[in-house]
Amino acid sequence: MKSSAMVTPRPAREAVSNASPAKVAFGGVSFSYPGRQALSGVTLDVPERRVTAIIGPSGCGKSTLIKSINRIAEIGTEVKVEGRVTIDGQDVYAPGVDLVDLRRRVGMLFQKANPFPKSIFENVAFGPRIHGASRAGDLDQAVERSLRQAALWDEVKDRLGTSAMELSGGQQQRLCLARVLAVDPEVILMDEPCSALDPISTARIEELIEELRERYTVVIVTHNMQQAARVSDRTAFLLNGQLVEVDDTETIFTTPADRRTEDYITGRFG
Amino acid sequence: MTEHTSRHYEQDLLVLKEKILLLGGKVEEMIASAMKSLLERRPDLARRVIDSDRAVDSAELEIDHLCLSLLALRQPAASDLRFIATALKIVTDLERIGDLAVNIAERSIELSEEPPLKPYIDIPRMASAASGMVGKALDAFVKRDPNLAREVLQADQAVDDLNVQLFRELLTYMIEEPKNVSRALRITFIAKYLERVADHGTNIAQMVIFMCEGRDVRHPGAQEGAGGGR
Repeated sequence: MKSSAMVTPRPAREAVSNASPAKVAFGGVSFSYPGRQALSGVTLDVPERRVTAIIGPSGCGKSTLIKSINRIAEIGTEVKVEGRVTIDGQDVYAPGVDLVDLRRRVGMLFQKANPFPKSIFENVAFGPRIHGASRAGDLDQAVERSLRQAALWDEVKDRLGTSAMELSGGQQQRLCLARVLAVDPEVILMDEPCSALDPISTARIEELIEELRERYTVVIVTHNMQQAARVSDRTAFLLNGQLVEVDDTETIFTTPADRRTEDYITGRFG
Repeated sequence: MTEHTSRHYEQDLLVLKEKILLLGGKVEEMIASAMKSLLERRPDLARRVIDSDRAVDSAELEIDHLCLSLLALRQPAASDLRFIATALKIVTDLERIGDLAVNIAERSIELSEEPPLKPYIDIPRMASAASGMVGKALDAFVKRDPNLAREVLQADQAVDDLNVQLFRELLTYMIEEPKNVSRALRITFIAKYLERVADHGTNIAQMVIFMCEGRDVRHPGAQEGAGGGR
């Protein structure tokens, strides 16, 4: 048998350091809840159409950092924000910012999948509908496109009317991703999106993240350092609310510059 | 360095380090014995060197196994990853040094069956330089000292020079008298083996620099397209 052509190796992730413009930028951001400062003086650029992972021990401010981008950190509590968080150069804390539009542009996946207790179809159609899509054909299209993008279409296309609560955990998480994608976001935030999933479902989500980076800016918070190493282009290490180090993921996991990063990723912490 | 939160992991890394050092000590000793057998014309010592190769081979397998399980079970990162990658590479160098000691021992047995060709002057100097390089490289590995490793790199040229010098000298012996050829050739081989030992010492030192600094110093200029190697 004639041998086939050589397998083309997957291109190495290019160094992001100088390559991508910042989609989201933190400029000296300090963030406080009543009686507790969660972030102090964080300056960080999140490059466009890349995956940025935020790592750090519990309580270091990872979740607050990403939730300050779509301003859900302030829901139900008083907060004090100093410095600037910008998307495409626009301050998201400027007066008059439309929070509904902000949260459409910046979608989010949480630790535990949180589908609405509605049908699969309605879960995905919900966003486009409140953002103005009303024609049945448009909605059908948006739902199919989003479910396909979330790699869920083939599994649910024959039962779009059944309740989302009947799906498995991994499917529910992909449904939530489809719900995010349906409103055409620019930035997707993920807060420990795989921590409640089995390894296969985790691999599916990671595979999706790989595809999402072609069109979206992704920021993922994870406790699983191997996951950060696998999926991200850039990795930022946070400790006690401060940014210790940010660099290309390969650099962080082979030759980090800061001793604290080294200690954390090699399991020498505490 | 701070200890790992997982004491088992810490322990496994220590065991790996110790095994490397034991193997290093073993092959250094083999070179010394092979040289002694050559200089003192003692085939019994040479045979002992040949016999000890089996222990070196099994130590290599054991170290490889330990490295692979650490990689699989611990997913090491940063300095730990570089340490294990270094161990995995230098164990091959150490095993080869053991093989070279065996080769020297074999030539020494053959040479002991004929009258001496000439007094050995440069060969012991080469042996002590080459063996010193290996010892220092292992020392640098234990102390995580890249400067010590750099001293090893600088020492390699002297061994290469001695090899060339010795080759020229032995060539004249061969040209002068055809019956010298077999002995002179065997001594040339030994010089070549020692030169290879020094090269393995150099390899180990280069890996130690990588382990300490994360910089690959092996092939300057060859890193374009190879990825990494900042």
